[in-house]
Amino acid sequence: MKYLVLLVGDGDMPAWSALSPEEQGAAMQRFADFEAACRARDGVEILAGEALGEPASTTVMTTRAGTVTLTEGPYAEAVEGLGGFYLMEVPDLDVLVELLTVLPPYDIQLSPVVDPY
Amino acid sequence: MTQRVLDEVWRSGWGRLLGQLLHRFGRPDLVEDALAEAFAEAAARWPATGVPDNPAGWVRTVAHRRVVDALRREDTARTKAHLLVEDDGGTPAAADGGLPGADVDERLPLLFMATHPALAVEVRPALALRFVLGVPTADIARLFLVPQATMAARLTRAKARLTASGVPFAVPDLAAWPDRLDDVARAVYLAFTAGYAPSGGDDVVRVREAGEAVRLAELATELVPRRPVLEALAALLRLQHARRDARTSPDGRPVRLADQDRRRWRRDEIDAGLRRLTALTPTHGLAEELRLQALVAAFHATAESHATTDWAAIARTYARLEGLTGSPVVRLNRAVAVGEVSGPMAGLAVLQGAADRLPGHHRVALVRAELLRRDGQLALAAAAYDDAIAACPDGAERRHIAERRASLDGGASVGSADGQG
Repeated sequence: MKYLVLLVGDGDMPAWSALSPEEQGAAMQRFADFEAACRARDGVEILAGEALGEPASTTVMTTRAGTVTLTEGPYAEAVEGLGGFYLMEVPDLDVLVELLTVLPPYDIQLSPVVDPY
Repeated sequence: MTQRVLDEVWRSGWGRLLGQLLHRFGRPDLVEDALAEAFAEAAARWPATGVPDNPAGWVRTVAHRRVVDALRREDTARTKAHLLVEDDGGTPAAADGGLPGADVDERLPLLFMATHPALAVEVRPALALRFVLGVPTADIARLFLVPQATMAARLTRAKARLTASGVPFAVPDLAAWPDRLDDVARAVYLAFTAGYAPSGGDDVVRVREAGEAVRLAELATELVPRRPVLEALAALLRLQHARRDARTSPDGRPVRLADQDRRRWRRDEIDAGLRRLTALTPTHGLAEELRLQALVAAFHATAESHATTDWAAIARTYARLEGLTGSPVVRLNRAVAVGEVSGPMAGLAVLQGAADRLPGHHRVALVRAELLRRDGQLALAAAAYDDAIAACPDGAERRHIAERRASLDGGASVGSADGQG
């Protein structure tokens, strides 16, 4: 199954800017460990994954009656803290959850990708 | 004859059949319906054709066919006719049985799937009863005191979520077992207690449905032997359920533990529960909570009478349980036990700690009334009964409290409070 994994909130992690350089290094190491764990696991592949810019850099595009409007900021508070994402292929939800525990303890949304065919 | 065979196949075979279908096809949203349809078809055809030589195999074959039909319909519905895909992932090969690499009973992954943490806590008990034992939706609805259509919709949503969210039909990784077994135990426990919770309804105890939860608890200990949390659960439910015949009067009203006819308790079941319980040693977490609760049930189950019950031991056990859980309901029960050991005033002192955290709860008022009554403070007891009646939802329990209130005026039987029924 394919999932979009959204790192939606800091959760138990302090804000990035509040971390010391050593702590930032440790968190980065966990991302590296996660990617290594994914590579080592049969049937698991990170198809895409990026860190995202600050909420202040986000633009929301809405179209109403054919008129496009751009507004500043994330769409909803729920994605205020969206810091990054992965698009992943995994066998099932349990494997995905197990691998994601390697990451820093962010709040994470796991959305299955719908296969149209 | 036909019905008897069918019931037997259902009762002993449902979980395995469903497990085999899930193993073959995945898709909890389809296979469970297909299996139910196969049983319905058997019920319709066997009376005319006679029971087939291999009844379970017949049901499995028909269910297989139904799943394949459903998958074909899906393919057709979402694929343009000229693109009709010939990739038929669902052709029924000979049932391959078993799970890859292990001789695992299919009901084990089924139990883990139905109680998966990605499901809402409230739906897990219902789904476990349905998946593993095949308990009819109507019975599950009655157990949880909701209309059948509501329960059917809940189960359908849960099955759709299992499919869409990617919950596997698999035995979890060993590292996840402690948490996942706790989830299993919690779900089965909730299924059982639903049967004994008056919840404002008129059925005091839904014995048959609660019995299915006991069956599920014991099946879990067979599927996963020697796990303290499951052993403690099975001991607790067996001990509690052994009192079922004495818990309601012939006209369906609740009978207090103190007034129950102990000859109607099932001795053989109590012995079975005790054997399980005495094999356990103190532990921690949910397993210890369930073990301590079972211990309380055992002190009751082995007492000759209400008066000769070892209330001191029960009070001590509740104190440990309260230390573990911090639950005000446990404290309420401890107040009852302390009242028996050290007198009503001591019980009232303990009760205050529960009352602060359960404001306006009818059981707190009821226990207070019973303790005040034993202390001879009848006017205060009457007022506490009134509080309890005002706070209790309409139903058998409220009528029971009203009767206790009325018997105060007659000066009739002077009973004692108890938190257990």
